[in-house]
Amino acid sequence: MSSVTQATKVKIPTLVSAKSGEPRMGHSRFLSPQSARGQRRGNIARPAANSTVAEGNSTAHEPGRFGVYGGRYVPETLMAALDELEREYEKARRDKKFQARLDGLLKTYAGRPTPLFFARRLTDKLRGAKIYLKREDLLHTGAHKINNCLGQALLVERMGKHRVIAETGAGQHGVATATVCALFGFECVVYMGTEDMRRQELNVFRMRLLGADVRGVHSGSRTLKDAINEAMRDWVTNVRTTHYLLGSVLGAHPYPTMVRDFHRVIGREARAQILKAEGKLPAAIIACVGGGSNSIGIFYDFLNNKNVRLIGVEAGGRGQALGDHAARFRGGSPGVLQGTYSYVLQDAAGQIATTHSVSAGLDYPSIGPEHAALRDSGRAEYVPASDAEALEATTLLARTEGVIPALESAHAVAEVIKRAPRMKKSDIVIVNVSGRGDKDVGILRENLKLQ
Amino acid sequence: MPLVFYNKPGLVAYVTCGDPDLATTREIVQAAIEASADVIELGVPFSDPVADGPVIQRASERALKNGTSLAEVLTLAAEIRQQAQSTGLIIFSYLNPILRMGMEKFCKVARAAGVDGALVTDLPVEEASEYLCAMHEHDLAPVFLAAPTSPDERLKRIAKASRGFVYAVSRTGVTGQRQQLAEDARKLVKRLRRVTKLPIAVGFGISNAEQFAEVGEFADAVVVGSAIVETIERNPGSEAAAVEAFVRRLTIDSRQLSTTAG
Repeated sequence: MSSVTQATKVKIPTLVSAKSGEPRMGHSRFLSPQSARGQRRGNIARPAANSTVAEGNSTAHEPGRFGVYGGRYVPETLMAALDELEREYEKARRDKKFQARLDGLLKTYAGRPTPLFFARRLTDKLRGAKIYLKREDLLHTGAHKINNCLGQALLVERMGKHRVIAETGAGQHGVATATVCALFGFECVVYMGTEDMRRQELNVFRMRLLGADVRGVHSGSRTLKDAINEAMRDWVTNVRTTHYLLGSVLGAHPYPTMVRDFHRVIGREARAQILKAEGKLPAAIIACVGGGSNSIGIFYDFLNNKNVRLIGVEAGGRGQALGDHAARFRGGSPGVLQGTYSYVLQDAAGQIATTHSVSAGLDYPSIGPEHAALRDSGRAEYVPASDAEALEATTLLARTEGVIPALESAHAVAEVIKRAPRMKKSDIVIVNVSGRGDKDVGILRENLKLQ
Repeated sequence: MPLVFYNKPGLVAYVTCGDPDLATTREIVQAAIEASADVIELGVPFSDPVADGPVIQRASERALKNGTSLAEVLTLAAEIRQQAQSTGLIIFSYLNPILRMGMEKFCKVARAAGVDGALVTDLPVEEASEYLCAMHEHDLAPVFLAAPTSPDERLKRIAKASRGFVYAVSRTGVTGQRQQLAEDARKLVKRLRRVTKLPIAVGFGISNAEQFAEVGEFADAVVVGSAIVETIERNPGSEAAAVEAFVRRLTIDSRQLSTTAG
């Protein structure tokens, strides 16, 4: 049959094992479903994951792959736009003028560098490691999200597009997107699950004040995942004129790489700041992980320092049953969702599970593919913090340091509360306070019975 | 059981399996075949159908509420195959349910069920090497989407990787009905003809006899999905009869025309 003879001509891409350097012809790109659940370090993803990371860029052997994770799983209609974005980003990355403009905006508009603050009273209270806070909450718009939005806005300008769409969970990315669209004069549409609109109504109003068209999404669990679905549908329809300003290290290549690069500034600054303040690197860095943009941003420049433990904190929600949390590494397994291959909370038939978290920004069933590779290789570790722990951590940080963290960031604070007392007093730990809690006052009031 | 379009233009009929339930889906498919569908696309419902418009989204939700799975869709395919030997059967799915079952197992079970091929919406050719190997090994036809936004270079790759037919997406956007068909479709088919001899089926947004005839002038086959799914949604209790009547109305004009002309 002709189909069989032609079949032999199909080119099989070669995966290269970084350890041996030998090509592995036709080696399975996907992990078998049997090996998926409860996977630990030492599997096939390990060598490739390390190589991608250690070389400090995404071009180690295949663009957009982090070990076996990542890739580009989207409808054909979007492929040309992703190719264009990848090319444009590659050019911009090497363009000194682009970098200078971005640095200028980060400094004069967003308010970088952000302080690294020694949390003396929290340290005294926990009686363990010295705790520093990386204050991304002090940035314009109230969270780290603006770093990526400014970078992508400059790209939109280069590509000559005028319409920007975005998804948002907690609303922080939506506010940052609406902000840069106002700054650059772009038309802005933000998709947001109606459950999240209820939870984060202040941010909905902020976006509208900034001139954005906020569109409620009623499908599915009415949260971040569903907002991304709707944004992708818009993009597929208006791809010729529209840029999708994705807000985390998720989605199809080049997003996970590009968004990470725009947030690397967090870790770069933290590294210089801690060396200046203490003359040594921290023993641990703790950050919350929804899609994983603030965490990869602060982790990245420490990846080669193996003595620095990198700890990502997922939403443990209200329990361990599927649907009660968003801890992808506790209850998930490898799969493809919204353009990328990573850990996904799913059922036995491959349907994506619903999730729960008190914080809308962590309430998502998948995780950035680079985190999946870092987890499998053992370079980073991931732990859950429950809704209750995050709420408690919010109160503690507010009352010891006068800092009200976003509920997302409070998950990282919850982990330092558990971990610092077990660490040596000479150890240093940096907690990334990725956003501020102003947007959460309504939820905090519902959940905390204060006198 | 080859993918052959006996009619001119051929009709590729899409249904979301399990909406309203699998037994009814089976009746609907029989009815579509009775009404002269050449190829049936058995849609596997998925929780996050990013390429689909509201009609198929709603159908997927209903099917998932019944717990419809890929494994059940393959069982349904085997049942349909026993009844209909000369109709093409294509599994139409998002990637994750197939990954979860395992690519190899999926192909093996599909082949045993008598399925002819598959179309995976969110699997572009670049990422398809392993899928292509498994599909070829089991003599299944991989059908790929070609979009108006795909440059010629991509169309070549898509044509080369496809078997059976190439599915040309008529316009940028999600599935669902449109009043006017974009000129995009005609241009895309023209560009595809330069790189492939495979039949070309045009889909997305075709919902009435006029559009069917219009597209049939330049394409080998026409894919109708959302309009069928909407017919199912609007006729609870008499889905199969409604689909049969709809398909007859859809195709009768253009087929009479082509018979007269031929």
